[in-house]
Amino acid sequence: MKHVLGDLLQITKKDLLEFARDRIRLITFVIMPIFMMVLTGFIFPSQTSIKNVPIGVVNENGKTGDQLLSVIKNLEITSGNKAFQTKDYNSMDAVKDGIKKQEINGGIVVPPDFSRKLQAGQQADVTIVEDQSNPQISGITTQTLTNIIQGFGQQIGKQKVSVLVAKTGAKGLNPGAIIQPIQSRLEGILPGDTNYFEFVAPGIMAMVVMTAVLTGLAASVSREREQGTLDGILISPISRLAIILGKAASQSIRGLAQGAIVLLLAMFLFGVTINGSILLVILLLLLGIFSFVGLGILVSSATAEQETATQLLFMFQFPMLFLSGAFFPIQQMPQVMQDIAHLLPLTYAIEALRKVIILGAGISQVTNELIVLVAFGAVTLVIAVPLFRKMITR
Amino acid sequence: MKNMAEKSKNIIEVKSLTKKFKSFTAVDSISLEVKRGEIFGFLGPNGAGKSTTIRMLTTLLTPTSGSATIEGFDIKKDQDNVRQHIGLVAEKIILYNHLSAMENLEFFGRLNHLSKEVIHERAEKWIKRLGMEEWKDAQAATYSTGMKQRINIVRALLTEPDILFLDEPTLGLDPQTTFMIRTFIQELNEKGITIILTTHDMIEAEALSERVAIIDHGKIQAMDTVTNLKRKVKGKENPTLEDVFLQVTGLEIRDRKGKPKRDGGGPGHWGGNAGKRVR
Repeated sequence: MKHVLGDLLQITKKDLLEFARDRIRLITFVIMPIFMMVLTGFIFPSQTSIKNVPIGVVNENGKTGDQLLSVIKNLEITSGNKAFQTKDYNSMDAVKDGIKKQEINGGIVVPPDFSRKLQAGQQADVTIVEDQSNPQISGITTQTLTNIIQGFGQQIGKQKVSVLVAKTGAKGLNPGAIIQPIQSRLEGILPGDTNYFEFVAPGIMAMVVMTAVLTGLAASVSREREQGTLDGILISPISRLAIILGKAASQSIRGLAQGAIVLLLAMFLFGVTINGSILLVILLLLLGIFSFVGLGILVSSATAEQETATQLLFMFQFPMLFLSGAFFPIQQMPQVMQDIAHLLPLTYAIEALRKVIILGAGISQVTNELIVLVAFGAVTLVIAVPLFRKMITR
Repeated sequence: MKNMAEKSKNIIEVKSLTKKFKSFTAVDSISLEVKRGEIFGFLGPNGAGKSTTIRMLTTLLTPTSGSATIEGFDIKKDQDNVRQHIGLVAEKIILYNHLSAMENLEFFGRLNHLSKEVIHERAEKWIKRLGMEEWKDAQAATYSTGMKQRINIVRALLTEPDILFLDEPTLGLDPQTTFMIRTFIQELNEKGITIILTTHDMIEAEALSERVAIIDHGKIQAMDTVTNLKRKVKGKENPTLEDVFLQVTGLEIRDRKGKPKRDGGGPGHWGGNAGKRVR
């Protein structure tokens, strides 16, 4: 037993040296996390990211309709960047046709009786046409248009109420308070706005680290098996535990290094602030790795060939990406999927990282996640190590 | 290498060793003894069970049934002790391409709990003998197959094993390297190392081995000294080991693992299990 640690270190050292000399693997190792970060950082939509969304406008009314539409046309998300790019159409059908051709991602139709109804003191209608082929853009577009229409309506309402108030002669009545008696205010835990990227960065970090352990470990064992070098290790009088843990350690170090790349990019390129303790972030990543080592060993034991390993892992990893809440909030999923998500260690790692990075949570606020990660790792290791011992000489 | 008088005559004893992969029986109840200090040729067509047997004896595969001892240590129960007495040159070369010869040797030496000094002393000695001094610090990726195999042999010798398993050590090498390695095998044997040699090269087997076993379809079909086996060849004057081999194993090509058709195997005068096979 006294040799286990020493043997383990020899294997870790050798694996890392071999890896450092392999230029192609080294390049992919650095590029992969950068690639993922840049992709998700720039491409995924966030609330402020609608920019020049093409929409169709139909004004069958005239002057009042024009007033409403000009608000839409001129809405700026950031200075100089317009939210919508409007295009005139003749009818609702023409707008629908435009959406089918994907010339536009939505539309708004002001009917002929719009101003008449307003003047007559009736409720007027405006129709928003949505592009159901693109739920995300459609959601943001519809929301923005609804807000504009509501605001426009409130303006008209205020004017009317002012007239009424003047007629009654009552004092101290605020037209705004009559139209909208309750105002909502948003109070966050942190100053400033968060964006989708801050949501997704902890997810990518956890995922990259765990992929390294899961895929990396199985690939490393099966590569050595195919090359024949594994025989050289197995024929040495050392503990099988030292072999697999030595390999796991080198993969973990690589995973942590990739995690660090993600973290640094998130901080310096995408302006993500770590509101909690960086030590806690590292601890969470380490425990995340620990929780996955057993699973990685199980897969390595079960697969004789590298290709089988990759395929088997892909089967695990792909659903995990979506179920763990890395990209989409778990709360949006159906209950069954939420239950499955809570069986995955990645879910807990991501939740905890998100709490610490975005919300500045301390260790006492992530204890549950820590316990789950440790327990998952311990249980899978206890199953995996004896299995590895048996399978390796099958 | 150690005091031979104290030890038993047979350095390897195998009893009814069997290995099944699902329904396929790769090694079918073989029994044999290897005497201390001999070069034992282990011959057979492709897929006959040679490598599987060697992998079991070197603790890389767990036997399905049967037993074997190496230097008195059981291959199932005393694996670490077995490992301390053996060296292996397997079919695939055990070297990391991105490490230099010395780095490779240091790594495997350390796994065998040798000190850096001992590793360097032994490595330098064998590297010099095999003419690899100039290359010892270059990455193995830059070596030719012959150069890799020479370092691979040095690796197997680092622990100063009592038994060296050589699984087709000259396969795919040029005549010069082949000659060098054959001479080296004899030198090692003269120093007292027992050698188990598998090869498809009958000239090599005949030149090096005192005794050979011919294995086919997982069973030992013939086992004796080369001279005795040659005597049993029928219908040929001055027969070679190749004649022995072909008469024992037949002329059928072994492309795939399937049920064999017997067309030239010996009638049962070969010893081993030849002719007694039930399939």
